[in-house]
Amino acid sequence: MGNVVVFMEVVEGALRKASLPAVTFAREAARHHGGQVLGVVAGSGLDAAASQASQLVSKLFVFDAPALASGMAELLAPLIARVAKEQGATVVCATATNTGKDVLPRAAALLGCGMVSDVIAIQGPHSFKRPMLAGNAIAHVEVSTPTLVASVRQTEFTAAEPLGAAGELIKADPGPLDARGAQVLGVQATKSERPELTEARVVVSGGRGMREGKNFEILGQLADLLGGAMGASRAACDAGMVPNDLQVGQTGKVVAPELYIAVAISGAIQHLAGMKGSKVIVAINKDGEAPIFQVADYGLVGTWEQTIPPLIEEIKQLKAAQK
Amino acid sequence: MKILVTLKRVPDPEQKVKFKGNQLDFSGASWVMNTFDEYAVETALRLNENAATGERLGEVVVASIGPKEASQQLRSALAMGADRAILIAGDDAQLDSGMVARMVAKLTEREKPDLLLMGKQTPDGENNQVGQLVAGFLGWPQATFAGSIEAADGGKALVVGREVDAGMESKKVPLPALVTVDLRIILPRAVHNGATPADHAYEEGPRYASLKGIMAAKKKELKEMTPADLGVEAALCVQVTSVEAPPARKAGVKVKDVKELVEKLHNQAKVI
Repeated sequence: MGNVVVFMEVVEGALRKASLPAVTFAREAARHHGGQVLGVVAGSGLDAAASQASQLVSKLFVFDAPALASGMAELLAPLIARVAKEQGATVVCATATNTGKDVLPRAAALLGCGMVSDVIAIQGPHSFKRPMLAGNAIAHVEVSTPTLVASVRQTEFTAAEPLGAAGELIKADPGPLDARGAQVLGVQATKSERPELTEARVVVSGGRGMREGKNFEILGQLADLLGGAMGASRAACDAGMVPNDLQVGQTGKVVAPELYIAVAISGAIQHLAGMKGSKVIVAINKDGEAPIFQVADYGLVGTWEQTIPPLIEEIKQLKAAQK
Repeated sequence: MKILVTLKRVPDPEQKVKFKGNQLDFSGASWVMNTFDEYAVETALRLNENAATGERLGEVVVASIGPKEASQQLRSALAMGADRAILIAGDDAQLDSGMVARMVAKLTEREKPDLLLMGKQTPDGENNQVGQLVAGFLGWPQATFAGSIEAADGGKALVVGREVDAGMESKKVPLPALVTVDLRIILPRAVHNGATPADHAYEEGPRYASLKGIMAAKKKELKEMTPADLGVEAALCVQVTSVEAPPARKAGVKVKDVKELVEKLHNQAKVI
């Protein structure tokens, strides 16, 4: 018997949607381990987020202190490890966002236990499936330590729904905080009115073939028309056309929207690793032999200049007709 | 400053993944240095030189855990300009991130670098754990996913631009510290060490080894060790029991024009 601790992220006072799949994972793991799902949130000014998060778990530990606003791994990992030890947890998990990837291994080091990254399925109490080699192999992994840490691939678990009754909310004292001398000086946030890339129903991505940053504007129009997010290939990010946080792929974000439209993207292995799980894939590329067509449900051979403006018009007409 | 860089030899990410029963088959694979680790070597060299004068400012030690053949990747790093190399004998199948991290932590305690610099992940295991684990074991500050590094406080600290979900975070860490590098670290102006003129622009990407560098690398020290030398016992906590190919996506169709595409997306796929 063991409890499952799930670390949930808070962004601008609200619970981050990206954390919900980890709660689903935690509930599944709790069935295998015969324990309860316990949540942890940490930050500053957490009242709203804590009330949201408490709907999802049996017990919620809230660490609310100004010093925790930075979200530094040096501070969060010991708190997560402490809750895990005190509450007899046998599983500690979070979504494999950049924050999750930063914090969880440090918590695993403090707990002295094994960690499995990017879990896509639970096979048993200590066995999991995870992708390797840019998604070209699926590994079955066994963790032999009594307690284990798991990061969860966001696209492979559904977003958890609130439970019928709110869980117990425990305002926990973080105690003395030691950031090991580190401090966050600031965050340069990429502001966008569009939905978050990893949460969007539709993603429109551009590649090297877009040639320059300003040409992404037309992809933005297409994304907005479909209520979607913008993405990009590593080549486009490396070339400085768009910010790196738009990068979809093995080295960027993994997305699995209902509709993924890849424009002027050739389809390098490392890009495919980030979008192969999409429900419907559309590829638009001037090279009919581009590897992206091998994973696309619908392929259209043509340049973006030739195809995107009429595509926007067609969709506008369709939407007008639907009204 | 003294910098310890870890590097791993990995199967070339561009080649097709082969299976033998329920295991991976790397026979006939070609092996390369993990790109992120190569970037870490480049970053270490940039931090420890005055690019205008060519003066070296500190030692760069490279270390790898792997079979004898991994000495080839270590020699490549020496040819780029690293000073000496350490190869710890190991077999990937008998290692997990925790064991690798324990060995790196022990080596770090022994070498006492000011900075431990690592790639953020490997393209084969893709665990993205080792750097953070080592920092946790040692109780060091950590700055993962570095897209830029700037020396601060007269070389006693680093200000690291980190790739976070929301954009770029600026984090200051006192030395000694652990930094893992992301892709942008090899941009021309990503590293500022206070010695190289601030307006200096590097060639993008890791540097090529010069012929002189390759010749010099042959004479540089490459020390071989075992996990036992470091006092680390084999204890695999996370084991890959079997591996399979992912389900293949069904081949799709090519549409003739935009009209047909919209029609199919609306009526067949029902996504717009």
